[in-house]
Amino acid sequence: MAFDPTVRIQQDDFDIKSEIEALTAGQGNTGAVVTFSGLCRDEDGTLSALELEHYPGMAESEIRRIAVEAADRWPLGGVTVIHRVGKIRPGENIVLVAATSKHRQAAFDGAHFIMDFLKSDAPFWKREIARDGRSGSWVDAKDRDNDALKRWR
Amino acid sequence: MVKMVYFAWVRERIGKSEEVIDLPPSVETVADLLSHLSRLGDNYALALDEPDVIRVAIDQEHRQHDASIGHAREIALFPPMTGG
Repeated sequence: MAFDPTVRIQQDDFDIKSEIEALTAGQGNTGAVVTFSGLCRDEDGTLSALELEHYPGMAESEIRRIAVEAADRWPLGGVTVIHRVGKIRPGENIVLVAATSKHRQAAFDGAHFIMDFLKSDAPFWKREIARDGRSGSWVDAKDRDNDALKRWR
Repeated sequence: MVKMVYFAWVRERIGKSEEVIDLPPSVETVADLLSHLSRLGDNYALALDEPDVIRVAIDQEHRQHDASIGHAREIALFPPMTGG
C-alpha cells in the first residue's frame, strides 16, 4: 500500500498528544516519534496576530507530496502534518509535523525534511497584524529557508 | 479561456482573487503570460513589477517561468511562500 500521510488544514488548534496517540496506535514496531510544532511569536510584544492564507487543494497536495517523498527517503512508519489558517495569536500553534519510525534517526530526518520543504513549497502566506491595530505587512520569505533546503540535495 | 487565481499581495495588488481570461495564441509560456498580464492595467503592472519574484502554479503544481502553459485549466500567481 502506498504511504498515506495524515494531512489537515484547519482553523482550529490541535492537540499534540492526541495526534501522537493517533499516529502510533496499533503500530507495535514504532520505536520513535519526532514532532515539530511551530508557534506564533509576539515579535517582542509588537505583534497582535498572524493571518494565515492558503491555496486550498494545492496546500494539501503539496504537503502530501513532500511527506511521500520523505517516506521514499527514510523508513517512516507514519506522518501527520497539520497546518492552521486564519487568525493565530502569539503563543498559539501554527503547524505540527510528526513522523514515526522504528529507530530515531529516520523520524528526526523525515520530520526535518518535511518541515524544510513545507516552508518553501506549500502555498501558505502570513500577514502580520500589529498591536496598534494596523493590518501590517505580508511576511517576506527568508533566504535562510531556501538555504535550509541545500542540506537535502 | 483559463482560470487565474491570485494570493497574498499579488491578489491585493491586482484587486481580485480570481478571474477567467482569454489568452492570445502568442502567450505560450509562463513568462509570456506574466508580460501579457502586466499590460492589462496599472494594477497588474504593480503586482507583476518584479516578475522574477512571482511564483506560478499550473493546475496546482509549481512551474518555472519557462514552462509551457499548454492546456492549463487553472493558473495561480503568488509571492514566495511563508507558511510553517
